[in-house]
Amino acid sequence: MGAVFAALTRIEPPVSTFRGIKRMNIHEYQAKAVLKEYGAPVAEGVAIFSADEAEAAAKKLPGPLWVVKSQIHAGGRGKGKFKELGADAKGGVRLAFSLEEVVTNAKEMLGNTLVTKQTGAAGKVVNRLYIEDGADIERELYLSLLVDRTVGQVAFVASTEGGVDIETVAEETPEKILTLPIDPDAGVTEEAASKLCDALKLEGEARADGMKIFPVLYKAFVEKDMSLLEVNPLIVMKNGRLRLLDAKVSFDGNALFRHPEIVELRDVTEEDDKEIEASKHDLAYVALDGDIGCMVNGAGLAMATMDIIKLYGAEPANFLDVGGGASKEKVTAAFKIITADPNVKGILVNIFGGIMRCDVIAEGVVAAVKEVGLQVPLVVRLEGTNVQLGKDIINNSGLNVIAADDLDDAAQKIVAAVKGGN
Amino acid sequence: MSILVNKDTKVIVQGLTGKTGTFHTEQALAYNGTKMVAGVHPKKGGETWTSGIEGYAELPIYATVGEAKEATGADASVVYVPPVGAAAAIIEAIDAEIPFIVCITEGIPVMDMVKVKARLEKSNSRLLGPNCPGILTPDECKIGIMPGSIFKKGSVGVVSRSGTLTYEAVFQTTNAGLGQTTAVGIGGDPVKGTEFIDVLEMFLADDATESIIMIGEIGGSAEEDAAQFLKDEAKKGRKKPMAGFIAGRTAPPGRTMGHAGAVISGGKGGAEDKIAAMEEAGIRVSPSPAKLGETLLEVLKG
Repeated sequence: MGAVFAALTRIEPPVSTFRGIKRMNIHEYQAKAVLKEYGAPVAEGVAIFSADEAEAAAKKLPGPLWVVKSQIHAGGRGKGKFKELGADAKGGVRLAFSLEEVVTNAKEMLGNTLVTKQTGAAGKVVNRLYIEDGADIERELYLSLLVDRTVGQVAFVASTEGGVDIETVAEETPEKILTLPIDPDAGVTEEAASKLCDALKLEGEARADGMKIFPVLYKAFVEKDMSLLEVNPLIVMKNGRLRLLDAKVSFDGNALFRHPEIVELRDVTEEDDKEIEASKHDLAYVALDGDIGCMVNGAGLAMATMDIIKLYGAEPANFLDVGGGASKEKVTAAFKIITADPNVKGILVNIFGGIMRCDVIAEGVVAAVKEVGLQVPLVVRLEGTNVQLGKDIINNSGLNVIAADDLDDAAQKIVAAVKGGN
Repeated sequence: MSILVNKDTKVIVQGLTGKTGTFHTEQALAYNGTKMVAGVHPKKGGETWTSGIEGYAELPIYATVGEAKEATGADASVVYVPPVGAAAAIIEAIDAEIPFIVCITEGIPVMDMVKVKARLEKSNSRLLGPNCPGILTPDECKIGIMPGSIFKKGSVGVVSRSGTLTYEAVFQTTNAGLGQTTAVGIGGDPVKGTEFIDVLEMFLADDATESIIMIGEIGGSAEEDAAQFLKDEAKKGRKKPMAGFIAGRTAPPGRTMGHAGAVISGGKGGAEDKIAAMEEAGIRVSPSPAKLGETLLEVLKG
């Protein structure tokens, strides 16, 4: 594996969601609007929510070429397929050469379910379309910004191989990818911008555009606390100018408190109901396919708890990290979210208290069980800060709780309880 | 011996007067009398913090880290300041030339940490964290939120990206009768002050540390980098028995929006790659998080 690919793979964890659901995604049209404010060149376009709006939207654009783009929080839309349409039907991004074609396509796409390699088999319902002015493309390039954790700096990733799967490029021709970290004190210097232009083989007007666009994108990334800004493709048009043909942006959830204008762009229809409920209580929750509900403190221990459940031959129903200083109310909310999942046939509470006190967890669990009842086996393992207080609360509650001595014991007990119940 | 902190380490607290700061400062004082010497609060300079624990009644509060350091000769600071102000608090400690800064705070914006990192590299301070449980040398010094009751003075160095898994490793090495020299939680944030390699270097250099447990998790490449470091050091004859664990072996790939994310999830940073790299470096990787102590005992028996 090439050094460049190695460098590229260092940038972001594969399951960032497991360190808290601390990212917010927005749609392409919203991303373009944000970047346009900073002066990045994007096509004119109009977002629509129903096919009735399609013709009026297209009329606002010059034509004679329009692009009708599905707006969902997942990549691979162009090559995606609509579930409800035949296998021969076109994908989630379509060209239209007349107003009639814009309308026909809009009718066919809106309300249907687009399956791409990033949506999973269930796909995502297309509720919004972006009608955009078409462009004459000379070359397609790849450009993204993200946080390079090895150096602790924002980095550009650039490649001449745009419009395709960058993963394949990274594997097959890593020498075609440049990763360029930016010193936050210096920003995007002329030298850095030139390096990017060289890597993208930009000449003439396109190079002049690049020298302006790279600092602009970096500024937007930093000022808006983005965690990913991906332009694939960045195009050189036949007229020699640069344009962001696509834009995917996600934001650092920890920084949303200073960006109310970004929070307004949130589209909750793109999110899992239980995950939305969890985020209201500042809980990190990810729904999974198994039947053992887990409530754990700490992302690492939560992942390890899933691992050990699997080691003993069962499957976790969720990842749930109640975090550090959780209150009794937060624990109660967490417990309710777990029990609301019909797939859950048993619950494992695994707490090793440091900042999290075992007595607080115990109170939360007892309160939740009293409120919502308990239809499935519950194994509780408590260790750490105020452990005795916690155990006393559980033991004195009169609840039918299976106590566990350690992690191994806890995992075996819940797996046995769930399997025995079948 | 131990690394980074011992019975002489004098600690100030940024964010002492809050609920979290108060609780864990009381716990630190109660833990073999960790030398907590002062608190810092911009608006409460001159006031006194009163502990709820008998015998450790009061700590002076200073308006700035600089004043607190001047008055107490502190060589470490622990930061419990909420996310919004945490980066500024770390930078204040760096500017006051505090040699060792431990940031417990969870949820600091990444971009704030990018700024902190740039400052840190131009200074002589070391930062542990953020979003970490801190550091503990048994019977001597507890900085942060680790539960002191599970520790036992001994011979194992523990380093972990995950807070609660640090506790597992400590608990299990205590139960195995080995005990710890020092346990260090480096924290799970993408941009942080101290990496595995920094801590492993110190454990290799510390005579009292006879073996090491290293706990990583999926994402990034810090574990692979650490494995490479250990391989290089072993060639120079520096090597200690090690056990390890990688959390997230069964985690499905996260939902990613763009290809930049897909590159990562399709490529490296997965559990199997990390485990392979660590085993190649001579670390016995336990498949179960509940068998860390047992695995290390097996390694020590040879």
